[in-house]
Amino acid sequence: MQDFGEAFFTAFSLLFSFDADLMEVIGLSLRVSLTALLVAGLIGLSIGALLAVTRFPGRGVALVVVNSMMGLPPVVVGLIIYMLLSNAGPLGFLGLLYTPTAMIIAQAVLILPIIAALSRQVIEDLHNEYADQFRSFCVPTGRMMAELLWDARYSLLTVMLAGLGRAMAEVGAVIIVGGNINHLTRVMTTTIALETSKGDLALALGLGVVLLTIALTINAAVMGLNATAKRQAYA
Amino acid sequence: MRDLRPANVIDLRNTQDSGAGADLFPLTVEDLTYQAGGTVLIKGIDLTLGAGGVTVIMGPNGAGKSLLLRLLHGLLEPSGGWIAWGGQPLDDAIRRRQAMVFQRAVMLRRSVAANIDFVLRLRGRADPARRREILEHAGLADRAEQPARLLSGGEQQRLALARALATEPDVLFMDEPTSNLDPASTLVIEDITKAARDRGTKIVFITHDMGQARRLADDVVFMHRGKVLEHSPAAAFFNQPASAEAGDYMAGKIIL
Ligand SMILES: Nc1ncnc2c1ncn2[C@@H]1O[C@H](COP(=O)(O)OP(=O)(O)OP(=O)(O)O)[C@@H](O)[C@H]1O
Ligand SMILES: [Mg+2]
Repeated sequence: MQDFGEAFFTAFSLLFSFDADLMEVIGLSLRVSLTALLVAGLIGLSIGALLAVTRFPGRGVALVVVNSMMGLPPVVVGLIIYMLLSNAGPLGFLGLLYTPTAMIIAQAVLILPIIAALSRQVIEDLHNEYADQFRSFCVPTGRMMAELLWDARYSLLTVMLAGLGRAMAEVGAVIIVGGNINHLTRVMTTTIALETSKGDLALALGLGVVLLTIALTINAAVMGLNATAKRQAYA
Repeated sequence: MRDLRPANVIDLRNTQDSGAGADLFPLTVEDLTYQAGGTVLIKGIDLTLGAGGVTVIMGPNGAGKSLLLRLLHGLLEPSGGWIAWGGQPLDDAIRRRQAMVFQRAVMLRRSVAANIDFVLRLRGRADPARRREILEHAGLADRAEQPARLLSGGEQQRLALARALATEPDVLFMDEPTSNLDPASTLVIEDITKAARDRGTKIVFITHDMGQARRLADDVVFMHRGKVLEHSPAAAFFNQPASAEAGDYMAGKIIL
């Protein structure tokens, strides 16, 4: 095992020299997770808003399902997407296995329930406050959902950032459906796992630092958003 | 079946049939009941309201005033009985011609201006000039860009009233809109309300404030324990209420 201090030194020199391999891995990570967030956000917020304002038979069951899916183990998601996308699977003809697209799908599936469940709660709380006024104005359901999404924008951004954090940090799903192929499907978490097992701690550590920085940035953004929202009494 | 003809309707229109909302009247309520949680809360109300003017609903806490207003506005479904606006059952087309100001103003998490724009767009005519006119009328023009939820209680209630009036309603329900306001803010709300009445909007107004009732009322509905005990022209009511309970209520006696 390399000397601990030496590993740190190499890690930072890799980072600050903008090492090409490192940048490629970071770039792909961001691309995959942000795209997954966009997809899961569009679908998840719609589901959340719909569950928040509508009442239908089976809604209680739907809520339980969505809530419990928040804790889906990434490896299980990876396995299911793998089975769907593998040659023998129903979506095998798309040839998506071991591509960034497969990783986007896996991460989107993983964070979709989180975004749907958390946004449902946020929007429902707001709806409880607005319901009488909206009903008084005869606001149609679709319009109501749009207005609630807008008025809950600060809290919903926080929800989205929670989703992004989860997507960036997970390793189990992307390693199964992406395969951790060099220059193709290697993202930060899978590289850390691989390099650590190979004993190349410097690269792993460099990526670890980047991941931590991103996590800290996300949390700072959440706190900043909450402060802004409070200041304007929009929280 | 009772006779639905508006025989003894108190009609307060100054200008006959010129009001845009005349077709909504008379409002006839027949044997209206509402129950929740196994209790009958509104116990067979019969009531007829004419077009125009201000109808004030009074009565002790828990009498069912707010429930009646919500039933009339369609925020609650009656458990039994009839509500007919100008002979028509309450539907969305009629509900869109009504508006309501709640005891505690519901402010959208947006600027003051955006709160007005919301209803203007909802009714299909967002228009900055019209918005400015509305805010000026409410004395809020200089607050347009401020977050609505940072307004004071009185300003919020003024905005809620301005927002309700932005729909140009034929009927305006107001549920104790000034119960948390100081006398000056209360008078501003009353002035805006009277201006709306003068333009022909029918006002149905709940209050516990005897002075306010005297200032606004053209007719008074007195409720007690889920029933309407009397409905009289304001002068008659304040002079000599027909029911003993109303007399006691006005004398400040505790009625049970
Ligand atoms: N959903 C409900 N379930 C059970 N009881 C209810 C419900 N809504 C209202 N009530 C009861 O119905 C009664 C009438 O309520 P309402 O709000 O109409 O009174 P009010 O005349 O407006 O009183 P206040 O002057 O205090 O506003 C109250 O006793 C209240 O507790
Ligand atoms: Mg009330």
